[in-house]
Amino acid sequence: MPSLTLVQAINTALREEMQRDEHVLVLGEDIGKNGGVFRATEGLYNEFGGNRVIDTPLNESSIVGVSIGLSLYGFKPIAEIQFLDFIYPAFDQIASELSKLRYRSGGEYKAPIVIRSPYGGGAKGGPYHSQSLETFFTHIPGLKVIIPSNPYDAKGLLKAAVREDDPIVFLEPKRLYRSTKSEVPDEDYIVPIGKARVAREGKDVSVFAYGAVIPTVLEASEKAQQEGISTEIVDLRTLVPLDLEAVLASVKKTGRAVIVYEAPKFMGYGAEIAALIAEEALEYLEAPIARVGGFDTPYPYAHENLYMPTPTRILNAIKKVAKY
Amino acid sequence: MLDIASKSTNIDEAASKIIPYGTIPLYDYLNGIGNICQIFNIYVITGIFTLTVSQGFYAKPNILNTEMLSTGRIVGEDVRETIDPAPEEMKKIYTLMVLVRAADIQAITLQRQGRIGFYVPCQGEEASQVGSAYALKPEDWAFTDYRAPGIVITRGMSLKSFYAHLMANSEDNTKGRSMPSHWGSKALNIVTPSSPICTQLPHAVGVALGAKMKGDKIATIAYFGDGGTSSNDFHSALNFAGVFKTPTVFFCRNNGYAISIPVSRQTASSSLAVKAVAYGIEGIQVDGNDALAVYSVTKKALEKARNGGGPTLIESITYRMGPHTTSDDPKRYRDDGELEEWKTKDPLNRLRSSLEGRKLWGKEDENNAQEWAQQQVKEAIAHSEKIPPPHPRTLLEDVYSQPTWNLQRQLHQLSEELGGS
Repeated sequence: MPSLTLVQAINTALREEMQRDEHVLVLGEDIGKNGGVFRATEGLYNEFGGNRVIDTPLNESSIVGVSIGLSLYGFKPIAEIQFLDFIYPAFDQIASELSKLRYRSGGEYKAPIVIRSPYGGGAKGGPYHSQSLETFFTHIPGLKVIIPSNPYDAKGLLKAAVREDDPIVFLEPKRLYRSTKSEVPDEDYIVPIGKARVAREGKDVSVFAYGAVIPTVLEASEKAQQEGISTEIVDLRTLVPLDLEAVLASVKKTGRAVIVYEAPKFMGYGAEIAALIAEEALEYLEAPIARVGGFDTPYPYAHENLYMPTPTRILNAIKKVAKY
Repeated sequence: MLDIASKSTNIDEAASKIIPYGTIPLYDYLNGIGNICQIFNIYVITGIFTLTVSQGFYAKPNILNTEMLSTGRIVGEDVRETIDPAPEEMKKIYTLMVLVRAADIQAITLQRQGRIGFYVPCQGEEASQVGSAYALKPEDWAFTDYRAPGIVITRGMSLKSFYAHLMANSEDNTKGRSMPSHWGSKALNIVTPSSPICTQLPHAVGVALGAKMKGDKIATIAYFGDGGTSSNDFHSALNFAGVFKTPTVFFCRNNGYAISIPVSRQTASSSLAVKAVAYGIEGIQVDGNDALAVYSVTKKALEKARNGGGPTLIESITYRMGPHTTSDDPKRYRDDGELEEWKTKDPLNRLRSSLEGRKLWGKEDENNAQEWAQQQVKEAIAHSEKIPPPHPRTLLEDVYSQPTWNLQRQLHQLSEELGGS
């Protein structure tokens, strides 16, 4: 079994899906001969040519808007937004068009495209190459939102996304693109959309997280273990639709919940997880729910390592909840 | 493999070919001619774009910037080419315009009487809408905005479907999900529109690119208004279409106003059609109240698109005789005199006098057409008012291919709230 980085797993998924179905196209900026600024589309131009690996003008709205049109005509476009921070010009296309087309047309039209984009910090990208904007998309009915945290899931989830009949925002944690390698099967497999993964089993505290913060959560969990606290880590993988059963099962088991995400803490995705736990499993809770998020500031440059949830901050939350 | 990127236009080179115009006092010429709509002049600017004009279009210089005319930038040969439809088709175009006018007026009445919630009228734009839509083939794709009665009826939408949507009843194929005046139909290749301005343009480019890649000889047409030319996606779409030479016709109905804002507040460009130049595509102006002229330029642009000639921007110069919507009062921003003047250019009168001049139409034909249209409208409304609203469960359908758990729960809650219905 080959050992791949996360970005190689993405590349493999794209290649396999393009080989499987000639209607699968990729569109974006610098994705052709250049192979993408993160090399996610490396080699695809040579293999599939310029009609299936389409370098576009520098205009995110037309990347998404033209992808919608291609989808209407029977293609399966995978649009790359070079950095999630640059998706705002396409927001009208995503929020007003992509997400609502099936509904507003009474089910007559649909545009199940995949929008891929690297997100999150840790690459010294400052305010405009680092943001975690997932909540904007999870709040738009009609979209599905997926965030993998490891190479195996990245390949399986992206392949599932390409085959899904709904529009998907697929966010890739850029600081995990090359941070580690792990075994990724050569064969065709998918990771089902809407299913969380228990990354580590435990009994004292549940930690719910996704994407870029998962390795940090694992590190904090190790430290908690040394202090005698057993944590169960649930990697949500799909934010919409959320695997609520997995969340409730874990919190009913431990009675304690910490939610970790990198986006600004206030109104972040963890707020919905906290609310759902409070609505559906309050009687199981032994302690208040804790959230660890980014600070409620624009994403910073010099102190980004302090901005992103640190192992210490996560550990403190785990300890606080465990000892309540 | 198809090479989908076209070579770019050298604007400097094209501009150097502009010859000063100085032979025809065009402005006077245009104003001096009455309703002889079959006369139709095309002026070619060498190497850049075609400017198509017929009489009357610059009748309101405050609506359109006549800079381009007075500074003498219109040049080239006067080719006077039109594609006239066959006599029977001309009569059909006119009859459709009569039907659209009748349906439109009655829709406003329904709104005023509280029988529908909202309506976007099209009176004054019938020539632009019917004339252009009539040039489409069934396999072409239309992307409209919300001012589209003439387009959807010409494409074949029944008046029952037309009013079913306005009444948001259970025969509305879009299931009552949008405000009235957002007609769509997969059967008629009209992609259901949204309300934001020009967001449909990149979709028209995408479908056209897809068709080009598959080798299908179809074209797409995207409709929008003059205000739309200021929007982000006007740029996004024309730029992309120019680079990839997609078979797309961008049809701008320049009706003088974006709600209350005149065209002079949208752009300092000498026209809207001229914007095509910078995208390396052809731009055409046409008298949008002349149905035959509109038909002709649209048909040519569509054929060019289907044959690999790339996109065209058509600026169809017309006038919105009614309000922006039933929620608007144009008296706040327009002079009465302006409307009165445009009434003399009413597109229905224009085509009727042309047909009469060609001995294709008489008083009896007119009476029959009017009576038929009124009857169609009356029957459709009588039918549609008997139809119940969509079932409440449709509120929670079609969000995704399959309902997610939260939608399933919410459907259950709604069902309980409504007493298990």
